[in-house]
Amino acid sequence: MKSVTNVIICGTGGQGILLASEVLCSAARRAGNDVKKSEVHGMSQRGGSVSSHVRFGKTIHSPLVEKGCADLILAMEKMESLRWSQYLAPHGKLVVCDLEITPMTVNTGHAEYPDVNAIIEKESLPVTLIPAVEIAEELGNLRVVNVVLIGAVSPHLPIDEVHWKQAIEERVPPKALEVNLEAFRKGRELFGN
Amino acid sequence: MRKKLNTIEEGKFLLSGNEAVARGAWEYGVHFAAAYPGTPSTEILETIAEEYDEIDAQWAPNEKVGLEVVAGASFGGARVLSAMKHVGLNVAADPLFTLSYIGATGGIVIVSADDPGMHSSQNEQDNRLMGKAAKVVILEPSDSQEAKDMVGEGLMISEDFDTPVLLRLTTRICHSKSMVSLGPRKEVPVKGYVTDIKKRVPIPSHARDMHSRVEKRLEDLSAWGSECSLNRIEEGDTSLGIITSGISYQYVKEVSPEVSVLKIGMSNPLPWNLIEKFINMVDRIIFVEENDPYLEENIKSRFLIQADGKNIIPIEGELNPEIVRKAVLPGTTKEIAFSEIQLPARPPALCAGCPHRGAFYCLSKLGGSSTGDIGCYTLGLMPPHNALETTVCMGASIGVLAGIEKAVGREGMGKLVAAIGESTFVHSGITGLIDMVYNGNTGTVMIMDNSLTAMTGGQENPTTGKNLRGEPAPVLDLEKIVAACGVKHIRVVDPHDLPEMEKAFKEEMNRDELSVIITKRPCIMAYRPVRRNMAEVDPEKCIGCKLCMNLGCPAISWDGEKPEISRHLCWPDCDLCVQVCPVDAISKDMGGLT
Repeated sequence: MKSVTNVIICGTGGQGILLASEVLCSAARRAGNDVKKSEVHGMSQRGGSVSSHVRFGKTIHSPLVEKGCADLILAMEKMESLRWSQYLAPHGKLVVCDLEITPMTVNTGHAEYPDVNAIIEKESLPVTLIPAVEIAEELGNLRVVNVVLIGAVSPHLPIDEVHWKQAIEERVPPKALEVNLEAFRKGRELFGN
Repeated sequence: MRKKLNTIEEGKFLLSGNEAVARGAWEYGVHFAAAYPGTPSTEILETIAEEYDEIDAQWAPNEKVGLEVVAGASFGGARVLSAMKHVGLNVAADPLFTLSYIGATGGIVIVSADDPGMHSSQNEQDNRLMGKAAKVVILEPSDSQEAKDMVGEGLMISEDFDTPVLLRLTTRICHSKSMVSLGPRKEVPVKGYVTDIKKRVPIPSHARDMHSRVEKRLEDLSAWGSECSLNRIEEGDTSLGIITSGISYQYVKEVSPEVSVLKIGMSNPLPWNLIEKFINMVDRIIFVEENDPYLEENIKSRFLIQADGKNIIPIEGELNPEIVRKAVLPGTTKEIAFSEIQLPARPPALCAGCPHRGAFYCLSKLGGSSTGDIGCYTLGLMPPHNALETTVCMGASIGVLAGIEKAVGREGMGKLVAAIGESTFVHSGITGLIDMVYNGNTGTVMIMDNSLTAMTGGQENPTTGKNLRGEPAPVLDLEKIVAACGVKHIRVVDPHDLPEMEKAFKEEMNRDELSVIITKRPCIMAYRPVRRNMAEVDPEKCIGCKLCMNLGCPAISWDGEKPEISRHLCWPDCDLCVQVCPVDAISKDMGGLT
């Protein structure tokens, strides 16, 4: 097995990226790994692009993933999934939430939202699209979109299911725990393979 | 409920650099801490307030006051910590440079959180140069564990060598998380205040002795630095030696674990003996450091060696593993399997419901613009508002407006106003306003009072009625302060009342005397709305005129013919789009409560 696993979680401000990366770190830690993660706060919130790098394994030095080395990129927004393409390893996976959020540059007519599906095809990106918003709607709670996605990527990472569940229990308020565990299970079952 | 961290005395936890500094302050007996919020340093004081009741912690109106209060507490024999972003140290530079002469009674650790890459800052200054100029000790951690440990080392050095200690962090240290071993708090008694005029009053006759002592202190510390564990040689392949510090050390270990490394943890004064030993040990040297060639210039000029550094590593921006790999091990770059894709930028925007939007919308509509300041409202420069055109530093909007009038007169100033948030006004805008009154300026200053220090994530300040711990505090009355400065024309406007806001701009811009408009409406982070209603577009009524798009609201997007309003992003207490729609196609019941 590889000694270090590299993950990037990306999307836009307010999508729960930091919670998702906290859950991943906690699960990786429970599985006995050294863990580092890195993200940037401040101006990048307010709806801007947000990303979190998570690395785990025996010993971790850099908190940043190197280009060409990400085993997995989890994108919570379609266009943002393309922003980190150079970081993806040749064997890497790109798991993408089927959700488009138009940036202000598009709203003000300074840019056009790209045809993401066409780019994915042209660049042969190894993408799995997840209708996480629909699943969260079915579960009656739009705030669990990020946990559906965590469920979907969980089988692709060397962390046992029990550690994921413990991590979710640790990070989610008790009254929202049940729906979050259900969201994780749905994501894992439906898109785990 | 989660246990507070001050109940946990052992074990390993994943902490950010900022959380680790707060932990270090607790474990090593800090009694008092003060700061002004500034990315990436803000969470240090927030964490202290949330987790560590044993430390008396407070927000200061600005970094200078924060450091002065901390200095006084040190004179009283308390262990102290002050935190600020890199440019905050400019504000605090006046006390810093003389505090260096005075020294420390209780240990003083000053955190400077630098921002290589300018993720959230207006410049990329390297405060190792400030620390050296101030002749204080500089410590540079490379991960969270070291950030915690160096608070303890810093307090010890501060008391043993009678010096303030600058703990220099960078964004990548502050905001990355790594494992930290926790320990119990070590209680240290407050020594008490003892009068010592020769030590604390730097009149020239005292200050000359003080300066001699500082120079001797630097010599002693350099010798000590060669023996202590803060600086270390990690001997590997001696054909290449890397001299590095801070986060750059981690990138070096990541890409080339086999080379010899001199890791500098104390970067002022430099440990000359240890550096000489390293130079003699390796065949070739590369300096790997972010931003300025601090280690490179100092070490090269002392030992007159040939070495690589800024000739192969950029001076601008953050380093990362790719850059370090390219410099240290050229020809070993990782295979990049997928090409870079050109995408529209996704810059930050004023939140849906932001009070500033009403003010910038009206200013822009009237063809006006502003000299700007540091805060969320700096985003007024973005389209569609395009209503902000200068920013220098905290408080400068007012002085800059005054200076433009001095250069080109009232006519030449046109429809420019100064735009400054209430927290920034308290920080260092008040003196600018006094200058305008005193020196006979006209013009309009807009104080954008959203009752929160918002851009740094939402902190209390002297105008909000709460302190750092969320306890009730006296409210600074902005209207009275402005009046006391001598401003005759003051008006308070709700920036979401667009007709009133527009009227205020029109009347004040046409006045031949100085005026202040206070736009008063709380930040959406400052309260929970009681309403739940969201704006809706009636597609039958909408004529596609796009006036609502001029609001630059992130909740409103354009589907090609008509606007769409996101129910997830729309803010219940805002009806700006309803107000601007000329055909009443957007509706929202602002009276409806849930």
